This record gives sequence, C-alpha cells and structure tokens, in this order.
Amino acid sequence: MPDTILDVQGLETVFKTPDGTIHAVNGVSFNLKEGETLGVVGESGCGKSVTMLSVLGLIPNPPGKVIAGSAKFAGRDLLKMSNDEIRQVRGAQISMIFQDPMTSLNPVLTIGRQLEEPLMLHLGMSKKQASERAAELLSMVGIPNAKERLKDYPHQYSGGMRQRVMIAMALSCSPQILIADEPTTALDVTIQAQIMDLVKRLRQELGMAVIWITHDLGVVAGLAQRVIVMYGGFIIEEAQVHELYANPTHPYTIGLLGSLPRLDAKERTRLYSIEGLPPVLYQKPNACPFAPRCKWAMERCWKENPALEPVAPEHRVACWVDTKTGRPRS
Amino acid sequence: MNANNEVLLRVEDLKMHFPIYRGVFQRQVGAVRAVDGVTFDVYRGETLGLVGESGCGKSTTGRTILQLYKPTAGNVYFEGKNLVKLKGEEMRQMRRKMQMIFQDPYASLNPRMTVGQLVGEPLMVHNVASGAEIAERVAHLLELVNLNPAFASRYPHEFSGGQRQRIGVARALALNPSFIICDEPISALDVSIQAQVVNLLEDLQEQFNLTYLFIAHDLSMVRHISKRVAVMYLGVFVELADRDELYANPLHPYTQALLSAVPIPDPIADAKRKRTILEGDVPSPANPPSGCRFRTRCPIAQPQCAESRPEFREIQPGHFVACHLVN
Repeated sequence: MPDTILDVQGLETVFKTPDGTIHAVNGVSFNLKEGETLGVVGESGCGKSVTMLSVLGLIPNPPGKVIAGSAKFAGRDLLKMSNDEIRQVRGAQISMIFQDPMTSLNPVLTIGRQLEEPLMLHLGMSKKQASERAAELLSMVGIPNAKERLKDYPHQYSGGMRQRVMIAMALSCSPQILIADEPTTALDVTIQAQIMDLVKRLRQELGMAVIWITHDLGVVAGLAQRVIVMYGGFIIEEAQVHELYANPTHPYTIGLLGSLPRLDAKERTRLYSIEGLPPVLYQKPNACPFAPRCKWAMERCWKENPALEPVAPEHRVACWVDTKTGRPRS
Repeated sequence: MNANNEVLLRVEDLKMHFPIYRGVFQRQVGAVRAVDGVTFDVYRGETLGLVGESGCGKSTTGRTILQLYKPTAGNVYFEGKNLVKLKGEEMRQMRRKMQMIFQDPYASLNPRMTVGQLVGEPLMVHNVASGAEIAERVAHLLELVNLNPAFASRYPHEFSGGQRQRIGVARALALNPSFIICDEPISALDVSIQAQVVNLLEDLQEQFNLTYLFIAHDLSMVRHISKRVAVMYLGVFVELADRDELYANPLHPYTQALLSAVPIPDPIADAKRKRTILEGDVPSPANPPSGCRFRTRCPIAQPQCAESRPEFREIQPGHFVACHLVN
C-alpha cells in the first residue's frame, strides 16, 4: 500500500456575499496516495475547485474563508501555514494548472520569462541555468524548437500549446502533487487527447500524484484510478474507477452517467435527465442536498444529511437509500 | 422521425471568405476561407449533425445558410427558393421559416428585456400578432418549453443557464418555423442540464415535425440526436453519412481520429479502444494547405494529397467522403 501524501479532513469553506453566506464546501475529507491519480467529478458550483483552492490557500479572503478542517501534507497542516510558508510549497511541491490557459499566462511577458520565474524563485537557479532548464521543459511537453519559442509571447501559441506551457511550468520544480482544474475543458477533443496522453506519460516518468478536476466522466474514466463525486459542497460517492462505473450507487452518480450519450451505445435511447437545478447553499444543509432532485427521496432524506458510509471495499456512498432495491439502507 | 426524402434545404458549393485588410490604405491582402465550398442536402423532418473542431467553419456555415452573412459564392435553396437571390420583403418572409438557437444563453438574450418581450419580439417584428394575442402566444410558448408562463415578466438574469436556453428555444419557435439551426445549444450547460435540453429539442421535433441542423463539437451528443452526420475540417466537408454508418464505419482518417479521441465514460471500454492521436494543431484557414486540407496532420498522407483537392464523392449510397486514399 503506497503512503498517503495528502490527507484532507473536514474541510469547510464559505463565501460572504451581499445576499448571504454561501457554504461552498461543507466538510470534505479525502486523501491522496503517492503516485495515484484521483478524479474529482461534479457540475459547476459543486465545490470541486474551491476544495482544491482552499487546500492551497488560494481562496481570496475576503470574501472567502476556510472555517474548518485540516490538510496534512508531509506531516504539516497546509491550512495553518503562514503566507510565506505556503508559498514555499505552492509551485514547488504542489502545483496547479487551470482551465483557461490564456488567462493564466501573463500576456505581456515572454513564455521563457514566465517559465524561468519559478525555477529561480524555488530552486535558486541563475538566469542562465533557468533558461536552459526552461528549454528542456518545453521540449519535454512536446513543443518543437523549444529554445526559439521561449522568446515568444502567449498569443503566439495555440490553445493546446498554451496548456502545454502551463503543464511545463507546473512541473518545473518536480512537484509531488499536480492539481489539474479542468485543464482540457476549453480545448478540442483531438487536443484534449494529446494533453491527456502527455499527462499520463509525465505521471509515469516523474512518479507524481495527480488530482484531476473535471465535469467530464469520460475523461476521468480514461485517466483516474480513484474517483470522488461531489454535489452541493459534499463528497457523495467515492470509489475505485472500475467499481464506480460498473456499480454507480448514489442517485446523482447514476443520473450523471445516464444523462451522457455514449459513443459506443448499441441502440438509441432517450437520455435520462435529472430534473431541477443544483442548489445554491445559503445555509449548511441539514438534509441531503440532492433530495429535491432525487427520485428515490424518502422522509429521512429531508431531515438528516447522510454521511459517507462504505457499501463495498473502497467504495463509500452518502445516501440513505439502497438504490439497488429502493429501500432504506440498513 | 420522418423518413421521407423531401429536400428542405439544398446547399450548393457554398463559400464564405472573410477579407483581411492591411496597411494605411486598407487594401485586401488575403481572406480567411471560413467556408470553402460545401454541398449538402437537408431532408424535411431530419436532424443533420455537423461536427468539427473550433474554427473549422461549422458556425459560419450555419450563419451563411440563414444569410446572416452574405455568401462569397454558392447557392442555398430553401423549399426550392434560392435564398442568395432573395431581397427585402421576400427574404423577410422566408426568415420566419428558419430560426436559430445560439450557443451562449448568457450572451444571446438581451438583459434589458423581459422574457415575455424576448419571446414575443419575433411575433411583433413579423406582424403576426398584437396586443393580448402576443401575451397568449408567449404563455403557450413558455409552456411548450416547460417554463412557467408566470415567468414572462422576469428578466434573463433571474434564470439558470438551462432555463435561459429554454427561453432561446421558445423564441426560436415563436413563428412556427420548419427549420432550426441549433448552434452548439448545449455546450455551455452542465451535464445534467444538457440532457434536459436535448430531450426537449427531441420532443419539439416530434410534435412540430421540425428539421434541425445541429452544430456541435460533442460527438457523443451528435450521435445521439442526429439522423445523419457531417464532419467538417478547415472549411470543407470531409465526410457525410447516416449516423450509424458514420460511427461504425468512418472512412476519412480525420473522422477516425476524431472518433478515437472522444473519451468513453467506462474505464474498461475506454482501455480497449485503439487511439489515433493527431499531431499538431489545425492550420490557419487564411492560409490552408494545398490539396487535401487535412494532409498536414494525416497519418496516411501521400504525395498526391498535396497536389489536388480530393472530391467530395458518394462512395456508397448516402456515404460521402473527400479523400484520395479511400476506395
């Protein structure tokens, strides 16, 4: 069994808005093993990005605030670190790539300058060393003629290449954990396939752990070993990837998988649609957040919020109903 | 779905080139060949899916068909009339029959108009209803798209993405069109909401015998909703076939690569597939490669591909493909 390198417990994050306090993350606990790829799945507003930003201390305060929980990394709690301390971790040991590679890169600085910055800052390299290493990194992520292209500006790169630059930058200090927040959502499918292939290859070469945040259950199926499904700021299901797709158990997971048309479907069926909308949580819910959209919902679901309970080895679900039988889970 | 073979829309060698101007005198120095000669038919009552990567010209094709852009060359026949030649009042009358649903429900609805005004606007512009009649029609249209008619006095910002897209659908339906171009109507929506909108579009098609041109980049969704599917690359059609035929037996190397790049939400099936990963990016449509447009990324390209442009020909009944190497 590989060691756990990141252990998050009871994380809660809120945002103060003029309309009230929004409870974005409501007690999320998960861990990440060495060298593992963890998929985090959910729709917009389910708290998947906020969870990761909270762990890295990247929630702007105000309006946001992490009000509870711990995130143990290498024996230390990331949430208790000072700004200066966590800055040593961010980008060096844990790095993150974002959805939109255009807005994540500074348009008025060359790609080279942006790649060299973390190398000089975290690894104390000289300008010359950093420049050489930057060229190596660019060619590692498959950009031809790397030395010349260091002098280019972000607008001279295509969307797929910009995302490669972001990956090169994230990997520049050989992090132990790479957090990827919907890195392929803005890209075309053929480019998405290139990026997924690249991350798989680099993961093997460098032996790092990856957290891949996405709303696309197809992407996760090809990439992750373990999957967390989030809804309304809670983890509602967690399982090994094969188990989750063979045996989806939470009504929301079942609905999500059913609402996807499949490329390999044998015949055409009507799509299963989950009626209603995801919640906006002005209060920390004391009922199951999915109950208003759930076709299995029963009395208890409206009164108590279920906790994550094991239903099979390494498979945990937060639901009062046994969706196989439609009866309460004993 | 209606299986008759009445051609509702015929597109012939349609071209849309956007000029590029440079210099002090704004001389034209080139053109972006967004759509560069596409020919196809759409049958009444069917859904034709149009897929391709961003920048391949699929949205421009849709807009040029509706004469929202003035085409550079080519003809568009709708119910036998050539739209390119129509002017003024005649064109206005035709517009009633052809509508469009846009990608971004946040940008395509005027934030200063109420839902009632938005949905009622087409009725007013075309003088088909007035006063209380409009309100009645609007209420009926909102019901059709499963929205509460009482919402007519609200503004778009009060609605979620999926609800806004329903407003867009109601607006498109207002004039009883026979043909609707859906330009990526679900790309901006969450997964669970996408299914709601797609199911709605299917129900409405059955109810009103609508014909759709469904533009999307999501190949799984296009397969789900379409009867026939066309694949576009850099301004040209590379393949067109019945849905099942295209997905089971793709002939063009681009279609094959595109299909193999789509992730399947099942780890076992996904691991079993053979993947073709294309190298590089789509070239610029301002300066497309000579001969076959796809040859710079094609895994099986031959010297002849650089010399002449492959003809878009019917290889089997109903299966068109543009490739020199397919026999």
